[in-house]
Amino acid sequence: MANIDTAGDRAPRASLFYDPKVRGIVFQTVMFVLLVAFFYWITANTVANLARAGIASGFGFLKGRAGFDIASTLIPFTSDSTYGRALVVGMLNTIQVAAFGIVTATIVGFLIGIGRLSRNWLVRKLSTVYVEIFRNIPPLLVIFFWYFGVLSVLPQPKESIALPFGSYLNSRGFFLVKPIFGEGSWLIVAGLVVGVALAIYVARRAAQRQAATGKPFPVFSVSAGLVFGLPLLGFLAAGLPVTFEFPKLGTFNMQGGARVQPEFLALYLALSFYTAAFIAEIVRGGIVGVHRGQSEAAHALGLRHGPTLRLVVVPQALRIIIPPLTSQYLNLTKNSSLAIAIGFPDLVAVGGTILNQTGQAVEVVVIWMAIYLGLSLLTSAFMNWFNAKMALVER
Amino acid sequence: MTGWVRSEMASSLPPPKSETGLVHWLRVNLFATPVDSALTLLAALFLAWSLPPLFDWAFIQAQWTGEGREACATAAQGGVRPDGWAGACWAFVGAKWPQFLFGRYSDAERWRVVVAAILMFGLLVPLLIPKAPFKGWNAVLLFGAFPVVAYFLLVGGVAGLPFVETPLWGGLLVTLTLSFVGIAVSLPLGILLALGRRSKMPVIKMFSVVFIETVRGVPLVTVLFMASVMLPLFLPPGQTIDKLMRALIGVALFASAYMAEVVRGGLQAIPKGQYEAADALGLTFFQKMAFIVLPQALKLVIPGIVNSFIGLFKDTSLVYIIGMFDLLGIVRQNFSDASWSTVQTPATGLVFAAFVFWLFCFSMSRYSQYVERRLDTGHKR
Repeated sequence: MANIDTAGDRAPRASLFYDPKVRGIVFQTVMFVLLVAFFYWITANTVANLARAGIASGFGFLKGRAGFDIASTLIPFTSDSTYGRALVVGMLNTIQVAAFGIVTATIVGFLIGIGRLSRNWLVRKLSTVYVEIFRNIPPLLVIFFWYFGVLSVLPQPKESIALPFGSYLNSRGFFLVKPIFGEGSWLIVAGLVVGVALAIYVARRAAQRQAATGKPFPVFSVSAGLVFGLPLLGFLAAGLPVTFEFPKLGTFNMQGGARVQPEFLALYLALSFYTAAFIAEIVRGGIVGVHRGQSEAAHALGLRHGPTLRLVVVPQALRIIIPPLTSQYLNLTKNSSLAIAIGFPDLVAVGGTILNQTGQAVEVVVIWMAIYLGLSLLTSAFMNWFNAKMALVER
Repeated sequence: MTGWVRSEMASSLPPPKSETGLVHWLRVNLFATPVDSALTLLAALFLAWSLPPLFDWAFIQAQWTGEGREACATAAQGGVRPDGWAGACWAFVGAKWPQFLFGRYSDAERWRVVVAAILMFGLLVPLLIPKAPFKGWNAVLLFGAFPVVAYFLLVGGVAGLPFVETPLWGGLLVTLTLSFVGIAVSLPLGILLALGRRSKMPVIKMFSVVFIETVRGVPLVTVLFMASVMLPLFLPPGQTIDKLMRALIGVALFASAYMAEVVRGGLQAIPKGQYEAADALGLTFFQKMAFIVLPQALKLVIPGIVNSFIGLFKDTSLVYIIGMFDLLGIVRQNFSDASWSTVQTPATGLVFAAFVFWLFCFSMSRYSQYVERRLDTGHKR
């Protein structure tokens, strides 16, 4: 017994070898030195290899003349434009297809996801079949299927398939009516902007009033009226400034109208349908994840099926849905790089062409990574903001 | 006189007609409300519109045998079929079947691929059946001995086996090679990265975070491009690296980043007390992880791990973009074979490839659901 208090005199010193702190420092130093040595080694090798191939490193090549054409561009581009501009064109194409794809995939995904929980047996089974098919095949195959299996076997322009609203579908693409905005069209845009702003204001005020007095306000119909009515008013006030150019059958190809390239169409459809299957599962998981007691309580309070879903289940389900939905949006954006396999000029395809022409492998890969990382960060920043807005507000 | 007393319960009446049988089922499941009925009708119309033509295309009109494109082309396209014919050209798949499996692997040596495949499935199946014995040895054989054997068997150059260069490999062989190596490398590497990300040492943590987030932020296509154009630059001048090897490195690194995030989810779900108890027992870091934390954490994230495997299996098709021919790539390449190119060939080939991919991925996901149910000892809400 007497020996015990002497134990406090000397702190139990482990040998230096077993000291976690010392070990940590040694371990990290070794790791750091190895990493630096590795990067030094590959940098030295790369410099030597580039010198042997006679390639000057640096981003100066971006100012060079591109010398190739890009089939679909959102901003003017000719073969005399610079490599830098070509990359911008590619980036815009990536953003365009990703944006369209995200919207469509979300709509289809939500429909299918809700369909998987439907009381209707046939709808439930059809949704399940859809999800199980598209989740289990590679996205590249879906793209190939649309491009080679469906869109390339469409008839020649001479035998175009006529669709509603004066649009045509043939092997050269999808031809739409093109609106041409004349003088005074800014009134329409102004009407839209004012309409959206007013709709947001009305929705806010309505929510405040309902919280304060319990009186509901027909937000939906009023907002719809504002968002669609004001541009229409602007359209009428400006004296019908919009004319439509209809695509016409020419001797060899369609003339006039707006053309959607088959490459874009294939990529857009494939990405939307593929991602929709994943979104459907996320939506289903989110709705199932809301405890059953919640909807039972809502029913007990006298809410009907519709309001129960809208006011009780969906807001809670969204909290579960949003984080994985974000990663699906990012996946869709990243999968749009598969465009290169069917020749749609997205960022990777344009970069690949530049890489082959100039040999600036390192620079092109760095640009790719920077842009995709930037897009990823932007998307997740936006979705984090949305998520924070939707998240449970706790006292 | 005693009255009659019933000595047993009267048998219950049958439920009303409207509550049993087909009619009831139809009413509850298909025609519960007017909206439901409308949906049912819409869905039925869709099926009636889509299924018969599909069935007609895939089976009735389909061409099952044939020597070349004539069998699957209409008269106007230079074939024997009447104008307006549309059917699947299964003859194309039949003729190219060996290529879809082996690529251009030399004919005489294909038995080696078959042996490797038999070895793999022979070791894999018992590992997946929970009741089969010797799990440890089985795993050692599959992940330790099998890769070595398969390497020498497939590449050759030893023991009288002729050397088969990897550019000749193709089809399902490449798909399975990439998937197997990807899975076998990404799981341990992913675990290490996940541990690194949760480590308290700043250097290790920084490295893991930067690696994981960079790889997850870019598409696989760019990683593959990097592996195919930049890896040769990284090596000392004059040295080259096999193309398949480059793809393997790219795919494995890419998959490990995703695996790391899955494993991290499992690590975070383990209560702190488990870590502290292991520390209190005086276990070293690796003992703590190997015997206490990881067995619990990995069990929790089995669905996530299998999902990563499925993603990896599907992603192997992307090596087509850097000029390798996996199953999808070889199907795609054969569209341009002049002796078989018809209007119907692409759709047929793609449906076939889709079916093969679907079969693998669907069985993986079903197996993971089975394991999940088997390991689930909790209570469902």
